[in-house]
Amino acid sequence: MPSADDVKTRIEAAIPGAQAAVQSADEVHFSATVRATAFDGLSRVQQHRLVMDVFSDELGGSIHALALKTEVP
Amino acid sequence: MSDNPIRDAIAEAISSNDVILFMKGSPDAPACGFSARTVAMLEALETPFAAVDILPDPRIRQELSALSQWPTIPQLFHRGELIGGCDIVSEMYESGELAQTLGVQPPADAPEDAPAGADPAPAPLGIENRLN
Repeated sequence: MPSADDVKTRIEAAIPGAQAAVQSADEVHFSATVRATAFDGLSRVQQHRLVMDVFSDELGGSIHALALKTEVP
Repeated sequence: MSDNPIRDAIAEAISSNDVILFMKGSPDAPACGFSARTVAMLEALETPFAAVDILPDPRIRQELSALSQWPTIPQLFHRGELIGGCDIVSEMYESGELAQTLGVQPPADAPEDAPAGADPAPAPLGIENRLN
């Protein structure tokens, strides 16, 4: 099971310049706020997809849910 | 026409309705808290919208997600484009962007925070009892 820190590290590694704050009470439901210049000019749906794509194999499996908030710095 | 009538019907529904929500249950009887909240936000803005219940056939959800490249339900579309799910719609509601995107003037009594929505009904489970 991924920890909140694992999720944070993977988001920051996958999206250049991203800063992520990740919380999880149970290590299956996660809540993340991600701030990245890479989001600039993208719709919210496109921003969320960038993050969701990092976990495409695990969403619905070891990660039940990832509540997401994205921000452009 | 492709050889995928369900996907074609979904694409047709998205392109022919200005605002369309794919949800679990119906606007009057939502079957999931996220769907209920999204309906409540649209109703708070008094936006007319079309709604599709994805529960009756698992292929609806499968084809919708394949088409939209979005994994979760609900999904709100405006003029053919995916606006987002409950998280994004809530954020946009609270910033005023949702009303702006949908081109509506929020009514004076619309709550500032995203409304909570009705309690979801239990998932419809039809049991035909032939035990006796």
